[in-house]
Amino acid sequence: MKRRINKWSEIDWITIVLYLLIVVLGWVSIYSAVYNEEHDKIFDLSQRYGKQMILIFGALVIALLVVVTDSRFYSSFAYVIYAIVILLLIVVLLIGKEIHGAKSWFEFGPLRLQPAEFAKVGTAMALARYVSSKSFNIKNSKNVFNVIVIILIPAIFIYVQPDTGSALVYFAFILVLYREGLSGGILLIGILMMILFVLTLIIDKMVIIIALMVVGYLVFLIIDRNIKRFLIAALIYIGLSGTFFGLKEFAGLGLSVYFILILSLIISGFIYSFFIYFYRIRKAVLIYMLMLGSIIFTFTVNYAFDNILKPYQQKRINILLGMDSDPYGSGYNVNQSIIAIGSGGFSGKGFLKGTQTKFEFVPEQSTDFIFCTVGEEWGFLGTSLIIILFTILLLRILVLAERQRSGFCRIFGYSVFAILLFHFVVNIGMTIGLLPVIGIPLPFMSYGGSSLWTFTILLFVFLRLDISRLEYLI
Amino acid sequence: MKNIYENRKYVFGALLFLVVFIFIGKLLSLQVLDKSYRSTANRNVLRYIIRYPARGLIYDRTGKLLVYNEAVYDLMVSPNLVEEFDTSVFCDILEITHKDVDKRLQNAKEYSYYTSSPFLKQVSSETYAVLQEKLYQFPGFFVQPRPIRKYNKNVAGHALGYVGEVDEYTIENNPFYKMGDYIGISGIEKAYEEVLRGEKGVNVYMVDVHNRIKGSYQDGKKDRSAIVGTNIISTLDIDLQEYGEKLMVNKIGSIVAIEPSTGEILALVSSPTYDPSSLLGRGRSKVFKTLSSDTLEPLFNRPLMATYPPGSTFKLVNGLIGLQEKVIFRQTEFYCYGGYNSGSKHVSCHYHETPLNLPEAIQNSCNAYFCNVFRRILDNPVYPSVREGYNSWRDHVLSFGFGQKLESDFSYKVKGFVPMTSYYDRYYGKTGWSSLTVLSLAIGQGELGITPLQMANMTATIANHGYYFAPHIVKGIGGETVIDERFYSKHITTIDSVYFPIIINGMDMAVNGPPGSGSTARIARINDITVCGKTGTAENPHGEDHSIFVAFAPKDNPKIALSVYVENGGFGATYAAPIASLMVEKYLKRKIIRQWLENYILETDLIHSEKEN
Repeated sequence: MKRRINKWSEIDWITIVLYLLIVVLGWVSIYSAVYNEEHDKIFDLSQRYGKQMILIFGALVIALLVVVTDSRFYSSFAYVIYAIVILLLIVVLLIGKEIHGAKSWFEFGPLRLQPAEFAKVGTAMALARYVSSKSFNIKNSKNVFNVIVIILIPAIFIYVQPDTGSALVYFAFILVLYREGLSGGILLIGILMMILFVLTLIIDKMVIIIALMVVGYLVFLIIDRNIKRFLIAALIYIGLSGTFFGLKEFAGLGLSVYFILILSLIISGFIYSFFIYFYRIRKAVLIYMLMLGSIIFTFTVNYAFDNILKPYQQKRINILLGMDSDPYGSGYNVNQSIIAIGSGGFSGKGFLKGTQTKFEFVPEQSTDFIFCTVGEEWGFLGTSLIIILFTILLLRILVLAERQRSGFCRIFGYSVFAILLFHFVVNIGMTIGLLPVIGIPLPFMSYGGSSLWTFTILLFVFLRLDISRLEYLI
Repeated sequence: MKNIYENRKYVFGALLFLVVFIFIGKLLSLQVLDKSYRSTANRNVLRYIIRYPARGLIYDRTGKLLVYNEAVYDLMVSPNLVEEFDTSVFCDILEITHKDVDKRLQNAKEYSYYTSSPFLKQVSSETYAVLQEKLYQFPGFFVQPRPIRKYNKNVAGHALGYVGEVDEYTIENNPFYKMGDYIGISGIEKAYEEVLRGEKGVNVYMVDVHNRIKGSYQDGKKDRSAIVGTNIISTLDIDLQEYGEKLMVNKIGSIVAIEPSTGEILALVSSPTYDPSSLLGRGRSKVFKTLSSDTLEPLFNRPLMATYPPGSTFKLVNGLIGLQEKVIFRQTEFYCYGGYNSGSKHVSCHYHETPLNLPEAIQNSCNAYFCNVFRRILDNPVYPSVREGYNSWRDHVLSFGFGQKLESDFSYKVKGFVPMTSYYDRYYGKTGWSSLTVLSLAIGQGELGITPLQMANMTATIANHGYYFAPHIVKGIGGETVIDERFYSKHITTIDSVYFPIIINGMDMAVNGPPGSGSTARIARINDITVCGKTGTAENPHGEDHSIFVAFAPKDNPKIALSVYVENGGFGATYAAPIASLMVEKYLKRKIIRQWLENYILETDLIHSEKEN
């Protein structure tokens, strides 16, 4: 069944060239970010650029090993690899090295490994294996439940470390599921919830609730095109809530306004169900459920924000939403990062001339904020180049994923796409102040072995799988 | 195998392009459209360290160094860069309290959040050495060296003046000065501020987030080195000045000594005085408060600011005017019957021989004689009325520099007061007053207000036989011994020079007349120097009269002219004359032979004895 082919002539060199370009630009940026006159040798192992050089060679060796391995190894051992990374995630919680309050690292002499990164590979494989299996049906809720379990197990262990940023990455897999048939509605509802989430934190709760109801009834009017039914529905609600207000005012019942609004809506719902059954207007159910769901969601967000999120997380979100301006407190990172990028101008200050990054005004400038170095020293030209390179790489992965004949390869390809996209969007979005500070690295560019190696493995396993479509005619 | 969801790949593509679109748009706005970030980044990283120039040095006329500079360090703070730090370590080094730290930080914040301002000024070199090592622990703080004034001898405070911080008014009106800069506040320091201050320089450094200097910005292209202030040679003779201050200890008053041939001020003593170095350093404000609340007003620059009636010394001027107006001659004699009587007016006089001619009247300081002279001047028939006569007299008086600001280099000085006719018109009506009404002017009492500097200038004018150069305190700027042209222009009085020897003869006799001849100032006699002098007693309605003496010496080719005022010192001969005489001896002979006279003055305490009474 297996055809012998020359891997090195069939492998997708476009992707490899893009990969190498980004890695080299990343190294140059790290060199610039930590450069100082005393250590200007590029192989100086006491400096991050020296270490990163070694890590890049390591990554190339790993890429080589990944490509020479039989492609069937990855699908066959998908669950085993998944199990191993989960085990590592558990072990790191027990014996891991605690840095910055998070137990996320294994330390082997000079080498520090972050299992949360490698877990992406295992999860992507397990997901690809499970979703591509013949018995899997996206409409089957039990199957969907299992998929969620596969994704959530590593995410939860990582969240516990705690490393919220790395845990959030696992939401990217929802994109993969969408490609595999997950209802677009769920995706839309997800987006709607995100918008509502933001609105809830900015605007007064009461305004949102009333606005939601008005929108709900108006949508009903537009879809149903029947003014009489619209008036009846509206009057039922107004009458009910009016009665409750009357009771509150004159009978002295201690009811809160929110309680009245929602109780009226729920009781109205019972009355509406009679009409819905009578007139057979099924769309009204959806509208009613969305309306009620949104209102409850609003309350939940408020509650969650005040009671579940940690103060520093609340602060970061507040700053992003412009509700909290404290340029020297929690907003410091973003502020300095934006200054660095903004001060680069069109063509940048020149290699090694960045003052913001060189003089450590930007924190984590060689890891999470590496994009600042590019922005400051190479300006708009540099940042555009990086964005274009990433875009071409992502598009190429998309094209490659679509040409796969096996579900496993396609799903794995989409997983690589989704994870890369998530990192790309969140990391750059964070450095330019569009998204809250979520500490995740910029793929291939940020300093750090675990991240570089993980993305290398993801990319090259996919390239290896891509070749396999010529080897096996599944 | 065809996947039914394949079309969804376009959703991913669209999503990707949406992201790219947003990113590129945001970067375009951040990096290309908005230019403000570059300056923000510069503000982060650039630290402007002002290089304060050393102020010009001040020497005395003999080349002795009077004022120089020493480096101190100002601890500066940029509130925006301050992070939490170990306050107790900080306080230990600087020897201040936690509360103080909070207050000073608050002040700095109120001044400006982004630009640096002084947190603690004038940190000593010792503290600086300790601080420098630990400075990295205190982000937002840095040290700025700055020279401050030092004095070789703690004398001549009023003449030299002092430097202090610029006030807000100056900062607003003169772009040269920034908050925390120093400026000359009085004396030479103020008068020659623009010469002495030099030019500030700046070093632009780049600092990292921990406020550590990482190097010069653009290889120092923006740096400017400070230009040291220009040195000044003052006209003071510091030994004479020091001696004058010594003589004036425990007395209130002043000594002004001028070189008649140039108008150079040799000594400018204001007593009580203060130690100029006490107005520098961190204790400055406390010292200043004590000094300014002292009832003896040590900060009051008496030689320039205090006005007194000139008393009998003014007879010299009236004599000269009488000669010029030809109402008297050298030999003109007047009788004195224990004073001058005319109608209800009586000006008493002490006992002396009578009648006297002009030099003898000066020798004896006869009141009656000068009442007669004064009335003849005012009632001179060549003038149609007493008002014209008075105006003529006043013009002569003004030509001596009275009643006007002498064009000295001090920025503050008072005009003094020589009344105009309108002054008397207001009191008596235009025709309601006569020479008799203003008779007290004849003997230098009444409304006249004259400063010790003006009085010394008058003496110099007499010594010069009728002209003076505006008294000044600086004789050289930089290497040049050239100063402002106005100090080279001769001010010539309205009195012909031929009349001066007559008056000078009288002054000679007042000091050197034989015993029993009625000389009023024999105490001022020096054996081999012909001192010419005139005593004066300024009436003081508040207490004991002020003792005044003016003198110059030697009689031929005078080297020094001076005025001495001792408040509440009684007769001119009592204290002022001996002090003037000792000053002359000191200046011309450089040592004091008359120990008894010196001891008499040194032991005199007019301040504490007065209080005890």
